[in-house]
Amino acid sequence: MLEKALVGSRKYYGWVSILLLFMGVGFICYLLQLSEGLGITGMSRDVSWGLYIAQFTFLVGVAASAVMLVLPYYLHHYKTFGKITILGEFLAVSAVTMCLTFIIVDLGQPARAFNVLLYPTPNSILFWDMVVLNGYLFLNILVGWTVLSAEKKGLAPPSWVKPFIYISIPWAISIHTVTAFIYAGLPGRGFWLTAIMAPRFLSSAFASGPALLILFCLIIRRLTKFDPGREAIQTLAKIVTYAMLVSIFFVLMELFTAFYSKIPEHMHHFQYLFVGLHGHTTLVPWWWAFMIMAVVAAYLLVNPRTRSDERLLAVACAMVFISLWIEKGLGLVVTGFIPNPMDKVFEYSPTWPEVFITLGVWAMGFLILTVLYKIAISIKEEKGV
Amino acid sequence: MERSRRSFLKIAGISVLGVGAKPLSQALAAAQGSKTGPDPRALPGKRWAMVVDLKKPCPDNCRDCFEACHKTHNVPSMPNPKDEVKWIWNESFPHAFPGQEHDFLDEALKKHPVIVLCNHCDNPPCVRVCPTKATFKREDGIVMMDYHRCIGCRFCMAGCPFGARSLNWRDPRPFIKELNKEFPTRTRGVVEKCNFCEERLAKGQKPACVEACKEKVLFFGDLEDAGSEIRRLLKVRTAIRRKPQLGTMPQVYYLV
Repeated sequence: MLEKALVGSRKYYGWVSILLLFMGVGFICYLLQLSEGLGITGMSRDVSWGLYIAQFTFLVGVAASAVMLVLPYYLHHYKTFGKITILGEFLAVSAVTMCLTFIIVDLGQPARAFNVLLYPTPNSILFWDMVVLNGYLFLNILVGWTVLSAEKKGLAPPSWVKPFIYISIPWAISIHTVTAFIYAGLPGRGFWLTAIMAPRFLSSAFASGPALLILFCLIIRRLTKFDPGREAIQTLAKIVTYAMLVSIFFVLMELFTAFYSKIPEHMHHFQYLFVGLHGHTTLVPWWWAFMIMAVVAAYLLVNPRTRSDERLLAVACAMVFISLWIEKGLGLVVTGFIPNPMDKVFEYSPTWPEVFITLGVWAMGFLILTVLYKIAISIKEEKGV
Repeated sequence: MERSRRSFLKIAGISVLGVGAKPLSQALAAAQGSKTGPDPRALPGKRWAMVVDLKKPCPDNCRDCFEACHKTHNVPSMPNPKDEVKWIWNESFPHAFPGQEHDFLDEALKKHPVIVLCNHCDNPPCVRVCPTKATFKREDGIVMMDYHRCIGCRFCMAGCPFGARSLNWRDPRPFIKELNKEFPTRTRGVVEKCNFCEERLAKGQKPACVEACKEKVLFFGDLEDAGSEIRRLLKVRTAIRRKPQLGTMPQVYYLV
């Protein structure tokens, strides 16, 4: 089926070339990082995780969101999602691949990455994260590819694939829960030390991932002969709506706990986000952008009139995606380190090589996604579904 | 023919063993010496700990302990503060003990620089989170780093509530002022921190910072030895620890 990715229009080749260009620039910057060390990034002794781990954290959510299609389709036989379940699974494949790549580019000694396998350490959450992420990647490639191959031949999916589909449902929950545990179990990082971390991660995942899928569905309908169907898009929009409302609610819960208890270790981080701390305000405009976009998006989604207008829905979905990228990425990861354990503020901003490496990994993810979607859609176009 | 070949092999085999026996026995004898076994001079200790006296004068220009430590362990001086590597350094009281300062705190104590370093916790979160066991706790309580095992994921830095760990963001070697050939230098991309001078304890020496401190601010010893100097100090003076509420059980005590 891979050969389907090799034939395409000039637009398709143009898009692939742009992605390859970004990957190339990112790769050159990564070579620089390999020779100079992580010192070329903006990370420091105090803010020791930055843009890379932020992308990883956010993209785990995008990957987990495939379950929002798999679950209604396979568990509740919601047929409307039949046409687009494959899009969710392939989005998961590309998102998990980006996650794993972001971990690798973040390592100080990437050549030693296999030490995690050579000296398995069950008390480390990072070990379990490696297990669940690789497992989820395997499950989605296996299920997506098998179901699509069967579709190409005009057959029903083989029955042996069913157990893997069912396993993939709790597995999707596990990838985001385990990623939340990376943060939630650390003493002395008041911002992350919250039992609601995993639910928060899941709620934002189930908003950001399906929001991205809606955008993809709208683009695909415009560019190809394949129509994901209005009803499928509208159902996804409802999923995004509820998940986004829950996500905002959870952030408000965090604010109550921090500001009503007035415990400085929990409060200072939020102060840093809202108004800045000790005169440091780098993330303040980002945080307000998140809040405004989140509220506007929620309004557009809740109102049935705006939600059913596909143009406004696209705007709302873009806002959901960008706002949660700010909240999960910049807000959650970086702010955990500010103030530092000595209650001092050292800020972080990424350097250009760091930004280009990040864009390079995103380009790689989009290339994987483009190729997989190209194959899936070509087959769907052939079959006329 | 058959017989003689067999006997030849026998004799040859025995000869090889014989020839090899002497160097082998020599090697075994050497192994029993000081090269692999513990040094007989090594300081005996079941639970090592540090005591810092906050009442003794430690003027701002007194940097003997940091300099001794950083020189002994080839800690680089990075020009960009972002790339800093620190094993032992000063914080002001409110920053070393956030939340424990108050408006009426003794002025002398408020101004007194607080020496901070790895706390060699009894319940170290850095060890718990490390995915490769590159950081581990010895039986005598010292939290160690294996520079060759570390993958540079920096989970331990996120886990440490005392900011005691540093990553080599760049190759540290060009930034080592004076190379101590007795101690290894590090490569870029690995985490490092204070090791309670375990390499000096093994030779019967006290930690470099304690030895270098002329003002007698720093004390080091075995907590399980009831007769040790640090146990006597902890008995007669009041001691506080950094962030005790987190349950990591730090083993650096501050006399107030």
